[in-house]
Amino acid sequence: MIGLRGRLVAAFAAVALLASAVTAGIAYWLVRRALLERVQNAVVNDVRNVLAQTVPTRLPDTTLTSDLLQPISRALARQPGRQSWVLGDEPGGWATSGAHFTGLRIPPKLIAAVRGPGPHNRFARPLRGQQIYFQRISSRGVPYLVVGTPVYLPATGGRFASPIEAYVIVSLQRERDDLDRMARSVAAGSGAAVVVALLLALLAARSVLRPVRRLAAAAQGLGAGDLQRRVDARGRDELARLARIFNSSAEALEASVTELREMERSARRFVADVSHELRTPLTAMTAVTDALEEEATGSAATAAGLVAEETRRLRTLIGHLLEISRLDAGAAALVLDDVDLPELVVQSLRLRDWSEEVETDLVPDLRARVDPRRFDMILANLVGNALKHGERPVTVRLRRSYVPDGPGIRLRVSDSGPGIPEEARRHVFERFWKADAARTRSEGSGLGLAIARANAELHGGELTLLDTDTGTTFELWLPNPPVERV
Amino acid sequence: MATILLVEDDPSARAGLEFALTRLGHSVTARETGELGLEQVRTQRPEIVILDVMLPGIDGVEVCRRIRAEDSLPVILLTARSDDIDVVVGLEAGADDYVVKPVEPRVLDARLRAVLRRVERAPGDRSTHGDLVIDRGTMKVRRAGQDVHVTATELRLLLELSRHPGQVLTRQQLLASVWEHDFLGDSRLVDATVQRVRSKIEDVPSRPKYIETVRGFGYRFVAS
Repeated sequence: MIGLRGRLVAAFAAVALLASAVTAGIAYWLVRRALLERVQNAVVNDVRNVLAQTVPTRLPDTTLTSDLLQPISRALARQPGRQSWVLGDEPGGWATSGAHFTGLRIPPKLIAAVRGPGPHNRFARPLRGQQIYFQRISSRGVPYLVVGTPVYLPATGGRFASPIEAYVIVSLQRERDDLDRMARSVAAGSGAAVVVALLLALLAARSVLRPVRRLAAAAQGLGAGDLQRRVDARGRDELARLARIFNSSAEALEASVTELREMERSARRFVADVSHELRTPLTAMTAVTDALEEEATGSAATAAGLVAEETRRLRTLIGHLLEISRLDAGAAALVLDDVDLPELVVQSLRLRDWSEEVETDLVPDLRARVDPRRFDMILANLVGNALKHGERPVTVRLRRSYVPDGPGIRLRVSDSGPGIPEEARRHVFERFWKADAARTRSEGSGLGLAIARANAELHGGELTLLDTDTGTTFELWLPNPPVERV
Repeated sequence: MATILLVEDDPSARAGLEFALTRLGHSVTARETGELGLEQVRTQRPEIVILDVMLPGIDGVEVCRRIRAEDSLPVILLTARSDDIDVVVGLEAGADDYVVKPVEPRVLDARLRAVLRRVERAPGDRSTHGDLVIDRGTMKVRRAGQDVHVTATELRLLLELSRHPGQVLTRQQLLASVWEHDFLGDSRLVDATVQRVRSKIEDVPSRPKYIETVRGFGYRFVAS
């Protein structure tokens, strides 16, 4: 999987490479043609001039000899890098001059062109401007230009002299070298262009990827709950449009989440307010029920007892409702103190007359920094549940703990009852959840375990239901010292 | 058996508490606002004041503060929540104890009797520590020859600490001995009272030379 950056860079590089290759190819081709044409023209002109100057206007009425042709040949090859042949029809009528290019043959096609088409009387042609032919050949990797032309000598004594043929071979090595040099610099230029293109591609990728990355970070922030997260949406391009869409979606999300939270908050506030309002009459009721219970006689005593009992229940329930609404609202405060934890456990059990009913296994001398009231609340809830719903023996075990998150304390409350059914295990910490659906009315508020867990979490710890073969075991883990939360 | 001023704005709670306290043998005067309560304190001084924190007009904490400005009359706050910020503010204002509503009459009675016991004088109970003289007989503390006004609770705390010089007392121990609370007493009572005592007897309360804090344990009185 290649990233956006890789794809952009690859595309840029490919385009740059292709463009510079095409441009360089065309340029090379044009330059090569121009160069060759110039060389050809120069050579042809040179040959024409040389012939005009060196071919004598009148010939001695003799047969052709190399002596006669030698000056022409020399003149044709006077520039370096050239070789010339001048051939006559008579035996001995030939001459060669200049550099000797070994292994070279005058191409037959050129010779045929110079000699003219078809069977005809070569001597019947009148003297006129030279027909000059040329052909490029290559030998052992060296390019050559071969120029050939028939030369018509003037007539002497009423007859035409036999025509001669002049050939010049020009080495194109210098031009080849020039072209090679040019090709190399064009290639270097293309390489530089590709490098520049790559840099541009990286820049372009960055300008595309930066907003993409910002969007990604913003989306992540939004997902993590930072609903106020927005991105900078300047410009008119597609990415800016995407950013604007993101912003408007985030706004809509924030609005609906805010609304939901507001609804939840007001629902919780309602619970808190109702509980609070209920407490004032409860204060009055609590103040007088003792008297009622103590002084009522006969059948009124039963009624008074019932009222007193229900008042106590109501007090527990409202206390729990207020407790959980404060925990929910984040308004619950830890009142930490350094306490002797095993002593606290013993006292907590003794206060509720549970000392005889519960077996304890407490590590001695364990000082911990906890909120004693909240610790007591957790312990009382766990032991109360074990005694109420489980079977004896109920044990409380207190240990130091070093795992999983540093030093802490571990408190286990176990009973020997039938345990909690598998499908019910994940519900035990839920509010108002009861193991037995038929039992619509229990002695508890239905909030005890939820409050216990919230209190554990308030300490930075946790309360879990352990997986055991028999009975029910809850485990409380608290960091010690506690993690101070801001 | 004490004369009590109850300041509570809710009529039924006021009536209920007045009934319960009277039934327990106390002589109760009930008032519905802080202003009326303060007026009552001036005209007919009770032995102890039970103050609701949430009152219309000036609230319970402010009433407590105004009472403390003039004398060391014992004050118990009636609060809605134990972890309310009001509790801390009220304790800083000089309240001797607090109870959470709805309170059982037995609990309230035990608390106010405990507070009143602190006011009892014990002739001859007098100790000197450096330039500090603590006299339970006269309920007075003298520091470098100057009288220092302390409440009964502050005096008891000072006595408790100075009785065990050099020994660390935990907050739980102090709550049991001074406040007569069970083990679940609120340690903030101790902290707030220690702060108040320090501000009265120490030269630099932030660098105390009499009452030291022992981190992780409690407090220690330093014998000079």
